[in-house]
Amino acid sequence: MSRVFGDKKTILILLLPTLSIYVLLKVIPVAWSLGLSFFQGNTLRGFEFVGLDNFREFAGDSAALNSVWVSVSFAVIVTVAQVTFGYLLALLYVFVLRRGSAFVRTAVFFPMVLPTVAVALLFKSLIAVGENQGPVNDAINAFGGESIEFLASTAGTMTIAVIMTLWSSMGFYAVLLYTGLLDIPEEVVESARMDGATGPRLVGYIIIPLSLPILLSSIIFSLNATLKVFDSLLALNNGGPGTTTAPLTLYMYRTAFEYAEYGYGSTIALALTLLCLVFTLVVFRPSSKRVED
Amino acid sequence: MNIRHRRRTVVTASALLATSLTLAACSGGEDTDSGSGSDTGSDSDAGSSIGTDPDTFEVLTANENPTLRDQLDALAANQCSAENDALPLEHRTIAQGDTVQQITLLASQGALPSHFIAGTDQVRPTGDLGGSELVLDYQEAFTESGAWENVLPAAASTIESVYGQMVSMPYQYNLEGFWYNKEILAELGLEEPQSYDELVSAAEAAAEAGYIPIAQAGADGWPLTRLMGLYIFRNAGPDAMAAVRDGEASLTDPEYVAGAQALQDLALGGALGEGYISRTGDQATAALLSGQALMKYDGTWLLSAVNDPERNEVGEENIGFMPFPAVSGGAGSADQYPANAGAAMAINPETYGPLTADWFACIAENYGQQALSDAGVLSGFAVNGDVGDIPAATADIQERMSSIDETVLWFEALLDSESNSLASTNVSLLVNGDMSAEEYMTQLQDSIDSNR
Repeated sequence: MSRVFGDKKTILILLLPTLSIYVLLKVIPVAWSLGLSFFQGNTLRGFEFVGLDNFREFAGDSAALNSVWVSVSFAVIVTVAQVTFGYLLALLYVFVLRRGSAFVRTAVFFPMVLPTVAVALLFKSLIAVGENQGPVNDAINAFGGESIEFLASTAGTMTIAVIMTLWSSMGFYAVLLYTGLLDIPEEVVESARMDGATGPRLVGYIIIPLSLPILLSSIIFSLNATLKVFDSLLALNNGGPGTTTAPLTLYMYRTAFEYAEYGYGSTIALALTLLCLVFTLVVFRPSSKRVED
Repeated sequence: MNIRHRRRTVVTASALLATSLTLAACSGGEDTDSGSGSDTGSDSDAGSSIGTDPDTFEVLTANENPTLRDQLDALAANQCSAENDALPLEHRTIAQGDTVQQITLLASQGALPSHFIAGTDQVRPTGDLGGSELVLDYQEAFTESGAWENVLPAAASTIESVYGQMVSMPYQYNLEGFWYNKEILAELGLEEPQSYDELVSAAEAAAEAGYIPIAQAGADGWPLTRLMGLYIFRNAGPDAMAAVRDGEASLTDPEYVAGAQALQDLALGGALGEGYISRTGDQATAALLSGQALMKYDGTWLLSAVNDPERNEVGEENIGFMPFPAVSGGAGSADQYPANAGAAMAINPETYGPLTADWFACIAENYGQQALSDAGVLSGFAVNGDVGDIPAATADIQERMSSIDETVLWFEALLDSESNSLASTNVSLLVNGDMSAEEYMTQLQDSIDSNR
């Protein structure tokens, strides 16, 4: 049997069907999209080869650069917050609630199954202002404050977007990190305790280093998900006020589908891909080396 | 260790790149040739038909426009039943916001329905559809079949101004102005405002009395830019935006910046009430028709709500309509109402066969009467036949329409789609004071210049 699987021709024959499907469904569309970034136009008007013009336009496009900034700042803030809170919740499950954590885990995870657009509409109704305002402004009014139109400002919209994302996705990271913490051998923790390591010292010197691989995976998952944020910011305030909370995905969507500029839209998609890659490598490369060492 | 580590990094990075590329890849496309299959052209006989009939009379409309579907269904069941028997009516709908994307896709696949909603830019002579002769300029065909007599000259003129050619059926012909609550105005001891200054004073009085002075739907963007645009038309004259389009004037000129400044002052002064930035169109209409608001700037498409006793709690007799008032010292006049003909509803020349042509002729002849008698809606088609007693508000609008000599478009009407979108999205920054009037106009003018 090992002879058969050691034969390169056999390997090739066995892999060929899967590889063909992968190339057909994944590689060709991606290569097609990549190729489009060197063209201008759409399926109706036709495509014209423009070389690197789209890339030059991107470099000088203030709206695109603003979208890059929105995507990056949103990704960094949300990643830091959701991994931190997720980790704290995981520690709570393992060390405080222990076997009784099932209900809390389910309750915190539950918003994850809701569609992001529904979550955005829910938050909009919570913070509504004016004739039919929501409970948040009712509470502010009850304490004598004036109603706040959170979605009228960039800071307000981003704050709501971050809280909303945390509310809906924190449970996922808590469960992910919880499984990582369960893998830490009980005897290691007990030994550390016997050596006098408790509370923050136990977490800092034993738990975090031993759960580093899953922690890094969580950060990479989170960064890649939040860099590609689209539906929640679209549903919350349509990337507004103005375009100040429009991430790169929304700019790409508008360019390709609202203005029918597929070439430039593909260039923006490529920029987003590179951004995801850079962030992944920045987190992955040095830290993976440290983990292996 | 290092080699193994490096190899694993490369493999992982490659996998991540492939995944990211796949997730980010947003668009595919086909060669343009597939979409330009219209060889019927506009140079054919241009009689009552120039294409080949499909199996059904397929009409693609916006989800947001149930009135049109209802009225076409009513025609299919009554006045146009013979046409419907020969070529059954079939509806398809899309979200209005997806129009450009969906129509581009359908056109490139040669799959446009007989009658379809389209983007304003798309159907212009320089647009993707207009330039590829994928929309029928129906004036000649309708003239030969006799259906052209049913298109009101004023509506035809508006369509010509907006689209540059007769490529949209005038299911709507709207004037725009302020709808107001007569009771509240009387309670405040005021008359209908005749100047912009009087309008601002009325708004201040309404705010002091606890009413929403002007209930605008800021969430939609355009209800705010309309106020700014009308100030500009009254201040700089009816050709103000045509001059910008033609490069003879700039939005950064003082009389244009004054419009943005007036809107900002109005908003920051509290004339739009609380929570106006996230207020939706339905909420704004409800505020007016429930007696919470003094005014709302909107189109005459609001007639169906004004005439609906279930929606209009203050009574049809208590809702009045007035033009955007004159600005003192301005070159424009309050008599120049803004007019529009709704979203573009184009005709596919490829499927404009004899049976389809009969359908359009029947619509042109009967839609005006049908929509007016059934929904109290005014259209750009002649009203042929008796419609019974029409509500007072509808009669008032009809009378105004017949007495108008000159109309203006709206602020974004002549802008390219990117600048149009920018005008709507940035307006919330203008009204909340995050952007100055000069900054707003400068950004918009830059966008117009870069899209010329």
